Amino acid sequence: MQALATDLELLQTVLYSGAFGLVLLGLYAMASHRHLVRILLGLTLLEGGANLFLVAVGFRADAVAPIVTPGAQALPMVDPVPQALILTAIVIGVGVLALGLALTVRVFEVHGTLDVRALAQRLTQAGEATPEEPSPAPPVSVTRDAS
Amino acid sequence: MSSRTFASLVFTLGLGLILASVMQGLPLGGAPMQVGQAIVAQAPEAVGTANIVTSVVLAYRGLDTLGELTILFAAATAGGLVLSGRRPSHATQSQAGFILRTGAGLLFPFLLALGAYIILHGHLTPGGGFQGGAIIAAAFFVPLLSRPESPFNEAVASVIEGAAGAMFIVIGLLSLTNGGSFLEPLLGTGELGELFSAGSLPLLYVAVGLKVGAELAGLLVHLGGLGEAG
Amino acid sequence: MIWIALISAAVMLGAAIAVITLRDFYSALAASTVVSLALSVLFVVLRAPDVALAEAAVGAGVSGVLFALTLRRLGAKGAAEDE
Repeated sequence: MQALATDLELLQTVLYSGAFGLVLLGLYAMASHRHLVRILLGLTLLEGGANLFLVAVGFRADAVAPIVTPGAQALPMVDPVPQALILTAIVIGVGVLALGLALTVRVFEVHGTLDVRALAQRLTQAGEATPEEPSPAPPVSVTRDAS
Repeated sequence: MSSRTFASLVFTLGLGLILASVMQGLPLGGAPMQVGQAIVAQAPEAVGTANIVTSVVLAYRGLDTLGELTILFAAATAGGLVLSGRRPSHATQSQAGFILRTGAGLLFPFLLALGAYIILHGHLTPGGGFQGGAIIAAAFFVPLLSRPESPFNEAVASVIEGAAGAMFIVIGLLSLTNGGSFLEPLLGTGELGELFSAGSLPLLYVAVGLKVGAELAGLLVHLGGLGEAG
Repeated sequence: MIWIALISAAVMLGAAIAVITLRDFYSALAASTVVSLALSVLFVVLRAPDVALAEAAVGAGVSGVLFALTLRRLGAKGAAEDE
Protein backbone atom coordinates (compact mmCIF):
# COMPACT_ATOMS: atom_id res chain seq x y z
CA MET A 1 0.00 0.00 0.00
CA GLN A 2 1.53 3.28 -1.07
CA ALA A 3 1.99 5.93 1.54
CA LEU A 4 -1.03 8.18 1.63
CA ALA A 5 -0.32 11.85 1.44
CA THR A 6 -2.31 13.35 4.23
CA ASP A 7 -4.22 12.27 7.29
CA LEU A 8 -7.43 13.30 5.62
CA GLU A 9 -6.95 10.85 2.79
CA LEU A 10 -6.33 8.03 5.25
CA LEU A 11 -9.44 9.02 7.19
CA GLN A 12 -11.40 9.10 3.96
CA THR A 13 -10.25 5.62 3.01
CA VAL A 14 -11.03 4.25 6.45
CA LEU A 15 -14.47 5.79 6.71
CA TYR A 16 -15.64 5.13 3.18
CA SER A 17 -14.39 1.56 3.15
CA GLY A 18 -16.04 1.01 6.52
CA ALA A 19 -19.34 2.38 5.29
CA PHE A 20 -19.25 0.55 1.97
CA GLY A 21 -18.07 -2.62 3.69
CA LEU A 22 -21.08 -2.52 5.97
CA VAL A 23 -23.43 -1.88 3.06
CA LEU A 24 -21.97 -4.74 1.04
CA LEU A 25 -21.93 -7.15 3.97
CA GLY A 26 -25.53 -6.29 4.82
CA LEU A 27 -26.62 -6.75 1.22
CA TYR A 28 -24.80 -10.06 0.97
CA ALA A 29 -26.43 -11.26 4.18
CA MET A 30 -29.86 -10.28 2.91
CA ALA A 31 -29.36 -11.86 -0.50
CA SER A 32 -27.74 -15.16 0.36
CA HIS A 33 -29.16 -16.23 3.70
CA ARG A 34 -32.50 -17.88 4.13
CA HIS A 35 -33.48 -17.38 7.74
CA LEU A 36 -35.70 -14.37 8.29
CA VAL A 37 -33.92 -13.19 11.43
CA ARG A 38 -30.58 -13.23 9.66
CA ILE A 39 -32.07 -11.23 6.82
CA LEU A 40 -33.18 -8.65 9.38
CA LEU A 41 -29.69 -8.59 10.87
CA GLY A 42 -28.36 -7.87 7.40
CA LEU A 43 -30.88 -5.06 7.06
CA THR A 44 -29.57 -3.52 10.29
CA LEU A 45 -26.00 -3.64 8.97
CA LEU A 46 -27.09 -2.12 5.67
CA GLU A 47 -28.79 0.81 7.35
CA GLY A 48 -25.80 1.42 9.62
CA GLY A 49 -23.48 1.56 6.64
CA ALA A 50 -25.71 3.97 4.74
CA ASN A 51 -26.00 6.24 7.79
CA LEU A 52 -22.22 6.27 8.26
CA PHE A 53 -21.67 7.21 4.65
CA LEU A 54 -24.13 10.11 4.78
CA VAL A 55 -22.67 11.55 7.96
CA ALA A 56 -19.17 11.19 6.52
CA VAL A 57 -20.18 13.27 3.51
CA GLY A 58 -20.92 16.21 5.78
CA PHE A 59 -17.52 16.15 7.43
CA ARG A 60 -15.13 19.12 7.27
CA ALA A 61 -11.47 18.96 8.12
CA ASP A 62 -10.48 20.91 11.26
CA ALA A 63 -14.11 21.69 12.07
CA VAL A 64 -15.99 21.27 15.33
CA ALA A 65 -19.33 19.71 16.17
CA PRO A 66 -22.32 21.92 15.37
CA ILE A 67 -22.90 23.09 18.92
CA VAL A 68 -22.40 26.72 19.82
CA THR A 69 -20.27 26.98 22.94
CA PRO A 70 -20.38 30.47 24.48
CA GLY A 71 -17.00 32.08 24.24
CA ALA A 72 -15.58 30.00 21.39
CA GLN A 73 -16.77 31.77 18.28
CA ALA A 74 -16.03 31.70 14.61
CA LEU A 75 -14.87 28.12 14.27
CA PRO A 76 -15.98 26.27 11.14
CA MET A 77 -18.59 23.63 11.86
CA VAL A 78 -19.46 20.39 10.14
CA ASP A 79 -22.65 20.21 8.14
CA PRO A 80 -25.64 19.87 10.50
CA VAL A 81 -28.20 18.92 7.86
CA PRO A 82 -27.03 15.31 7.22
CA GLN A 83 -26.79 14.79 10.98
CA ALA A 84 -30.40 15.80 11.51
CA LEU A 85 -31.58 13.58 8.67
CA ILE A 86 -29.56 10.58 9.87
CA LEU A 87 -31.01 11.08 13.37
CA THR A 88 -34.42 10.59 11.82
CA ALA A 89 -33.21 7.66 9.75
CA ILE A 90 -31.81 5.79 12.76
CA VAL A 91 -35.10 5.97 14.62
CA ILE A 92 -37.07 4.96 11.55
CA GLY A 93 -34.70 2.02 11.12
CA VAL A 94 -35.46 0.72 14.57
CA GLY A 95 -39.20 1.19 13.98
CA VAL A 96 -39.02 -0.84 10.78
CA LEU A 97 -36.94 -3.47 12.58
CA ALA A 98 -39.55 -3.75 15.35
CA LEU A 99 -42.34 -4.27 12.85
CA GLY A 100 -40.26 -6.78 10.91
CA LEU A 101 -39.54 -8.77 14.06
CA ALA A 102 -43.20 -8.74 15.07
CA LEU A 103 -44.13 -10.07 11.63
CA THR A 104 -41.40 -12.72 11.93
CA VAL A 105 -42.85 -13.95 15.21
CA ARG A 106 -46.30 -14.13 13.65
CA VAL A 107 -45.05 -15.95 10.56
CA PHE A 108 -43.39 -18.50 12.80
CA GLU A 109 -46.58 -18.99 14.77
CA VAL A 110 -48.65 -19.53 11.62
CA HIS A 111 -46.28 -21.48 9.39
CA GLY A 112 -43.82 -23.07 11.76
CA THR A 113 -40.79 -22.26 9.64
CA LEU A 114 -38.66 -19.20 9.02
CA ASP A 115 -36.94 -20.42 5.89
CA VAL A 116 -37.69 -17.98 3.10
CA ARG A 117 -37.74 -20.57 0.34
CA ALA A 118 -40.01 -22.92 2.25
CA LEU A 119 -42.35 -20.02 2.98
CA ALA A 120 -42.40 -19.04 -0.68
CA GLN A 121 -43.28 -22.60 -1.65
CA ARG A 122 -46.10 -22.74 0.88
CA LEU A 123 -47.50 -19.45 -0.27
CA THR A 124 -47.33 -20.46 -3.93
CA GLN A 125 -49.11 -23.70 -3.16
CA ALA A 126 -51.74 -21.86 -1.19
CA GLY A 127 -52.13 -19.47 -4.10
CA GLU A 128 -52.50 -22.29 -6.62
CA ALA A 129 -55.15 -24.06 -4.59
CA THR A 130 -57.63 -21.18 -4.81
CA PRO A 131 -60.79 -22.33 -6.66
CA GLU A 132 -61.16 -19.44 -9.09
CA GLU A 133 -58.05 -20.39 -11.04
CA PRO A 134 -58.87 -22.64 -14.01
CA SER A 135 -56.09 -25.20 -14.17
CA PRO A 136 -55.93 -28.06 -16.67
CA ALA A 137 -53.86 -30.16 -14.29
CA PRO A 138 -55.65 -32.22 -11.64
CA PRO A 139 -56.02 -30.21 -8.45
CA VAL A 140 -53.17 -30.58 -5.97
CA SER A 141 -54.22 -31.32 -2.44
CA VAL A 142 -52.42 -29.04 -0.11
CA THR A 143 -52.41 -29.63 3.60
CA ARG A 144 -53.24 -26.26 5.02
CA ASP A 145 -51.88 -25.21 8.35
CA ALA A 146 -54.68 -25.00 10.88
CA SER A 147 -53.74 -21.87 12.74
CA MET B 1 -21.04 -22.99 -3.53
CA SER B 2 -24.72 -22.81 -4.37
CA SER B 3 -25.92 -20.65 -7.21
CA ARG B 4 -27.66 -18.33 -4.79
CA THR B 5 -24.45 -17.65 -2.88
CA PHE B 6 -22.50 -17.22 -6.10
CA ALA B 7 -25.05 -14.79 -7.51
CA SER B 8 -25.05 -12.79 -4.27
CA LEU B 9 -21.25 -12.61 -4.35
CA VAL B 10 -21.19 -11.40 -7.95
CA PHE B 11 -23.87 -8.80 -7.21
CA THR B 12 -22.02 -7.63 -4.09
CA LEU B 13 -18.70 -7.31 -5.87
CA GLY B 14 -20.28 -5.38 -8.72
CA LEU B 15 -21.92 -3.02 -6.28
CA GLY B 16 -18.59 -2.67 -4.48
CA LEU B 17 -16.94 -1.54 -7.71
CA ILE B 18 -19.66 1.05 -8.27
CA LEU B 19 -19.32 2.34 -4.71
CA ALA B 20 -15.54 2.53 -5.03
CA SER B 21 -15.94 4.74 -8.08
CA VAL B 22 -18.28 6.92 -6.04
CA MET B 23 -15.52 7.26 -3.48
CA GLN B 24 -13.23 8.79 -6.08
CA GLY B 25 -15.65 11.58 -6.84
CA LEU B 26 -16.45 12.53 -3.23
CA PRO B 27 -13.30 13.61 -1.38
CA LEU B 28 -13.78 13.81 2.36
CA GLY B 29 -14.51 17.32 3.46
CA GLY B 30 -15.12 18.52 -0.05
CA ALA B 31 -18.84 18.39 -0.49
CA PRO B 32 -20.45 21.81 -0.94
CA MET B 33 -22.20 22.89 2.16
CA GLN B 34 -24.30 25.85 1.06
CA VAL B 35 -27.47 25.13 3.03
CA GLY B 36 -25.45 23.96 6.00
CA GLN B 37 -23.36 27.08 6.08
CA ALA B 38 -26.41 29.32 5.90
CA ILE B 39 -28.03 27.41 8.75
CA VAL B 40 -24.88 27.48 10.89
CA ALA B 41 -24.64 31.24 10.40
CA GLN B 42 -28.29 32.02 11.10
CA ALA B 43 -29.52 29.43 13.58
CA PRO B 44 -28.13 30.76 16.89
CA GLU B 45 -29.78 34.15 16.38
CA ALA B 46 -32.88 33.15 14.44
CA VAL B 47 -33.88 30.05 16.39
CA GLY B 48 -31.95 30.48 19.62
CA THR B 49 -30.66 26.97 20.21
CA ALA B 50 -27.05 26.22 21.03
CA ASN B 51 -27.38 22.80 19.43
CA ILE B 52 -27.73 23.54 15.74
CA VAL B 53 -28.81 20.00 14.87
CA THR B 54 -31.83 20.54 17.13
CA SER B 55 -32.73 23.65 15.21
CA VAL B 56 -32.54 21.72 11.96
CA VAL B 57 -34.61 18.83 13.31
CA LEU B 58 -37.34 20.91 14.90
CA ALA B 59 -37.37 24.30 13.21
CA TYR B 60 -35.97 24.04 9.72
CA ARG B 61 -37.10 20.45 9.02
CA GLY B 62 -39.93 20.11 11.49
CA LEU B 63 -42.17 18.40 8.95
CA ASP B 64 -39.64 15.60 8.58
CA THR B 65 -39.81 15.04 12.34
CA LEU B 66 -43.58 14.90 12.14
CA GLY B 67 -43.28 12.33 9.37
CA GLU B 68 -40.90 10.29 11.47
CA LEU B 69 -43.28 10.35 14.43
CA THR B 70 -46.00 9.11 12.10
CA ILE B 71 -43.83 6.27 10.84
CA LEU B 72 -42.93 5.25 14.37
CA PHE B 73 -46.57 5.37 15.39
CA ALA B 74 -47.59 3.24 12.42
CA ALA B 75 -44.86 0.70 13.13
CA ALA B 76 -45.74 0.45 16.82
CA THR B 77 -49.46 0.15 16.13
CA ALA B 78 -48.96 -2.45 13.44
CA GLY B 79 -46.59 -4.40 15.66
CA GLY B 80 -49.10 -4.34 18.48
CA LEU B 81 -51.85 -5.47 16.12
CA VAL B 82 -49.78 -8.31 14.68
CA LEU B 83 -48.82 -9.57 18.11
CA SER B 84 -52.21 -9.17 19.72
CA GLY B 85 -52.95 -12.86 19.64
CA ARG B 86 -52.38 -15.24 22.45
CA ARG B 87 -49.36 -14.59 24.61
CA PRO B 88 -46.73 -17.37 24.76
CA SER B 89 -47.93 -19.99 27.15
CA HIS B 90 -44.56 -21.36 28.17
CA ALA B 91 -43.28 -19.99 31.43
CA THR B 92 -41.38 -16.89 30.48
CA GLN B 93 -41.94 -15.67 33.99
CA SER B 94 -38.93 -17.29 35.56
CA GLN B 95 -37.88 -15.52 38.71
CA ALA B 96 -34.81 -13.42 38.10
CA GLY B 97 -31.88 -13.61 40.49
CA PHE B 98 -31.32 -11.34 43.45
CA ILE B 99 -28.63 -9.27 41.73
CA LEU B 100 -30.81 -8.65 38.70
CA ARG B 101 -33.82 -7.62 40.73
CA THR B 102 -31.91 -5.26 42.99
CA GLY B 103 -29.83 -3.86 40.17
CA ALA B 104 -32.88 -3.22 38.01
CA GLY B 105 -34.59 -1.46 40.89
CA LEU B 106 -31.51 0.70 41.35
CA LEU B 107 -31.17 1.44 37.67
CA PHE B 108 -34.70 2.67 37.19
CA PRO B 109 -34.43 6.16 38.80
CA PHE B 110 -31.02 6.83 37.28
CA LEU B 111 -32.14 5.90 33.79
CA LEU B 112 -35.25 7.98 34.22
CA ALA B 113 -33.25 11.01 35.40
CA LEU B 114 -30.72 10.59 32.57
CA GLY B 115 -33.47 10.32 29.97
CA ALA B 116 -35.28 13.37 31.33
CA TYR B 117 -32.02 15.34 31.39
CA ILE B 118 -31.18 14.45 27.81
CA ILE B 119 -34.66 15.41 26.63
CA LEU B 120 -34.80 18.71 28.46
CA HIS B 121 -31.32 19.82 27.41
CA GLY B 122 -31.76 18.80 23.80
CA HIS B 123 -31.38 22.35 22.58
CA LEU B 124 -28.19 23.03 24.55
CA THR B 125 -26.10 19.88 24.47
CA PRO B 126 -26.11 16.82 22.25
CA GLY B 127 -29.25 14.84 22.78
CA GLY B 128 -32.90 15.51 22.41
CA GLY B 129 -36.21 13.75 22.27
CA PHE B 130 -35.27 10.59 20.41
CA GLN B 131 -32.25 9.66 22.44
CA GLY B 132 -33.92 10.52 25.74
CA GLY B 133 -37.05 8.66 24.70
CA ALA B 134 -35.08 5.49 23.97
CA ILE B 135 -33.42 5.75 27.40
CA ILE B 136 -36.79 6.23 29.10
CA ALA B 137 -38.16 3.19 27.28
CA ALA B 138 -35.19 1.19 28.57
CA ALA B 139 -35.80 2.59 32.05
CA PHE B 140 -39.33 1.23 32.04
CA PHE B 141 -38.43 -2.06 30.42
CA VAL B 142 -35.50 -3.19 32.57
CA PRO B 143 -37.50 -3.56 35.82
CA LEU B 144 -40.20 -5.35 33.88
CA LEU B 145 -37.66 -7.92 32.67
CA SER B 146 -36.42 -8.65 36.14
CA ARG B 147 -39.78 -8.64 37.85
CA PRO B 148 -42.27 -10.08 35.37
CA GLU B 149 -45.12 -10.25 37.82
CA SER B 150 -45.53 -6.49 38.03
CA PRO B 151 -47.57 -5.71 34.94
CA PHE B 152 -46.86 -2.86 32.60
CA ASN B 153 -49.76 -0.48 32.43
CA GLU B 154 -50.35 -0.47 28.69
CA ALA B 155 -53.39 1.78 28.88
CA VAL B 156 -51.39 4.56 30.52
CA ALA B 157 -48.61 4.14 27.99
CA SER B 158 -50.94 4.46 25.03
CA VAL B 159 -52.62 7.49 26.58
CA ILE B 160 -49.24 9.16 27.08
CA GLU B 161 -48.24 8.34 23.53
CA GLY B 162 -51.39 9.75 22.04
CA ALA B 163 -51.35 12.85 24.21
CA ALA B 164 -47.71 13.58 23.41
CA GLY B 165 -48.28 13.18 19.70
CA ALA B 166 -51.31 15.46 19.89
CA MET B 167 -49.26 18.00 21.83
CA PHE B 168 -46.68 18.10 19.05
CA ILE B 169 -49.34 18.77 16.42
CA VAL B 170 -51.19 21.28 18.60
CA ILE B 171 -48.01 23.33 19.11
CA GLY B 172 -47.51 23.28 15.36
CA LEU B 173 -51.09 24.36 14.74
CA LEU B 174 -50.80 27.14 17.31
CA SER B 175 -48.16 28.84 15.26
CA LEU B 176 -50.48 28.48 12.28
CA THR B 177 -53.19 30.38 14.11
CA ASN B 178 -50.66 33.02 15.08
CA GLY B 179 -50.16 33.95 11.48
CA GLY B 180 -46.96 32.02 10.87
CA SER B 181 -46.50 28.72 9.13
CA PHE B 182 -47.06 25.23 10.52
CA LEU B 183 -44.47 24.28 13.18
CA GLU B 184 -42.82 27.68 13.12
CA PRO B 185 -41.08 28.27 16.49
CA LEU B 186 -43.14 30.30 18.89
CA LEU B 187 -42.44 32.29 22.02
CA GLY B 188 -39.35 34.13 20.86
CA THR B 189 -35.79 32.96 21.17
CA GLY B 190 -34.58 33.96 24.60
CA GLU B 191 -30.95 33.98 25.52
CA LEU B 192 -28.56 31.54 23.92
CA GLY B 193 -27.46 28.82 26.32
CA GLU B 194 -30.18 29.21 28.91
CA LEU B 195 -32.47 26.34 29.76
CA PHE B 196 -35.55 28.39 28.96
CA SER B 197 -34.54 29.49 25.53
CA ALA B 198 -35.40 28.72 21.93
CA GLY B 199 -39.11 29.27 22.42
CA SER B 200 -41.34 26.30 21.89
CA LEU B 201 -38.56 23.94 20.80
CA PRO B 202 -37.95 22.33 24.23
CA LEU B 203 -41.69 21.73 24.46
CA LEU B 204 -41.64 20.02 21.08
CA TYR B 205 -38.75 17.85 22.19
CA VAL B 206 -40.54 16.94 25.43
CA ALA B 207 -43.52 15.82 23.35
CA VAL B 208 -41.25 13.83 21.03
CA GLY B 209 -39.42 12.24 23.97
CA LEU B 210 -42.60 11.15 25.74
CA LYS B 211 -44.07 9.78 22.55
CA VAL B 212 -40.99 7.83 21.51
CA GLY B 213 -40.45 6.53 25.05
CA ALA B 214 -44.02 5.32 25.46
CA GLU B 215 -44.02 3.77 21.98
CA LEU B 216 -40.75 1.90 22.34
CA ALA B 217 -41.68 0.67 25.83
CA GLY B 218 -45.02 -0.59 24.54
CA LEU B 219 -43.31 -2.29 21.60
CA LEU B 220 -40.79 -4.00 23.83
CA VAL B 221 -43.53 -5.21 26.15
CA HIS B 222 -45.57 -6.57 23.23
CA LEU B 223 -42.64 -8.35 21.69
CA GLY B 224 -41.56 -9.81 24.98
CA GLY B 225 -44.97 -11.17 25.72
CA LEU B 226 -44.93 -9.55 29.15
CA GLY B 227 -47.57 -7.36 30.66
CA GLU B 228 -51.15 -8.28 31.36
CA ALA B 229 -52.26 -11.46 29.68
CA GLY B 230 -55.02 -11.46 27.11
CA MET C 1 -7.79 10.66 16.19
CA ILE C 2 -6.93 8.67 13.11
CA TRP C 3 -5.98 5.67 15.23
CA ILE C 4 -9.34 5.66 16.96
CA ALA C 5 -11.06 5.70 13.59
CA LEU C 6 -8.83 2.94 12.25
CA ILE C 7 -9.31 0.64 15.21
CA SER C 8 -13.05 1.13 15.48
CA ALA C 9 -13.50 0.66 11.73
CA ALA C 10 -11.55 -2.60 11.93
CA VAL C 11 -13.62 -3.76 14.91
CA MET C 12 -16.80 -2.78 13.10
CA LEU C 13 -15.98 -4.71 9.94
CA GLY C 14 -14.81 -7.75 11.88
CA ALA C 15 -18.00 -7.79 13.91
CA ALA C 16 -20.06 -7.36 10.73
CA ILE C 17 -18.38 -10.41 9.21
CA ALA C 18 -19.11 -12.25 12.46
CA VAL C 19 -22.79 -11.34 12.17
CA ILE C 20 -22.95 -13.09 8.82
CA THR C 21 -20.89 -16.14 9.57
CA LEU C 22 -21.74 -17.05 13.16
CA ARG C 23 -24.19 -19.89 13.45
CA ASP C 24 -25.64 -19.17 16.85
CA PHE C 25 -28.15 -16.35 16.67
CA TYR C 26 -27.42 -14.96 20.10
CA SER C 27 -23.75 -14.56 19.18
CA ALA C 28 -24.74 -12.89 15.92
CA LEU C 29 -26.90 -10.44 17.81
CA ALA C 30 -24.06 -9.66 20.22
CA ALA C 31 -21.85 -9.00 17.19
CA SER C 32 -24.44 -6.63 15.75
CA THR C 33 -24.42 -4.74 19.05
CA VAL C 34 -20.63 -4.43 18.72
CA VAL C 35 -21.14 -3.05 15.20
CA SER C 36 -23.52 -0.40 16.59
CA LEU C 37 -21.10 0.63 19.31
CA ALA C 38 -18.15 0.89 16.92
CA LEU C 39 -20.40 2.88 14.60
CA SER C 40 -21.20 5.35 17.37
CA VAL C 41 -17.46 5.81 18.07
CA LEU C 42 -16.98 6.59 14.37
CA PHE C 43 -19.77 9.13 14.58
CA VAL C 44 -17.93 10.87 17.41
CA VAL C 45 -14.78 10.96 15.26
CA LEU C 46 -16.92 12.57 12.56
CA ARG C 47 -17.93 15.36 14.97
CA ALA C 48 -21.56 14.21 15.19
CA PRO C 49 -22.36 13.73 18.91
CA ASP C 50 -26.14 13.75 18.42
CA VAL C 51 -26.00 10.95 15.91
CA ALA C 52 -23.54 9.01 18.09
CA LEU C 53 -25.88 9.25 21.07
CA ALA C 54 -28.84 8.16 18.96
CA GLU C 55 -26.94 5.23 17.47
CA ALA C 56 -25.70 4.05 20.86
CA ALA C 57 -29.07 4.37 22.59
CA VAL C 58 -31.27 3.11 19.79
CA GLY C 59 -29.03 0.85 17.74
CA ALA C 60 -27.15 -0.90 20.48
CA GLY C 61 -29.82 -0.72 23.16
CA VAL C 62 -33.30 -1.01 21.73
CA SER C 63 -32.38 -2.95 18.60
CA GLY C 64 -30.41 -5.57 20.49
CA VAL C 65 -33.20 -6.03 23.02
CA LEU C 66 -35.75 -6.40 20.21
CA PHE C 67 -33.70 -9.18 18.63
CA ALA C 68 -33.19 -10.92 21.95
CA LEU C 69 -36.90 -10.85 22.76
CA THR C 70 -37.74 -12.22 19.34
CA LEU C 71 -35.22 -15.03 19.66
CA ARG C 72 -36.58 -15.92 23.07
CA ARG C 73 -40.08 -16.04 21.68
CA LEU C 74 -39.10 -18.13 18.67
CA GLY C 75 -37.58 -20.75 20.92
CA ALA C 76 -35.01 -23.33 20.00
CA LYS C 77 -36.84 -24.53 16.90
CA GLY C 78 -37.19 -21.10 15.39
CA ALA C 79 -33.60 -20.17 15.98
CA ALA C 80 -32.31 -23.23 14.16
CA GLU C 81 -30.94 -22.68 10.73
CA ASP C 82 -30.35 -25.46 8.27
CA GLU C 83 -28.31 -24.56 5.21
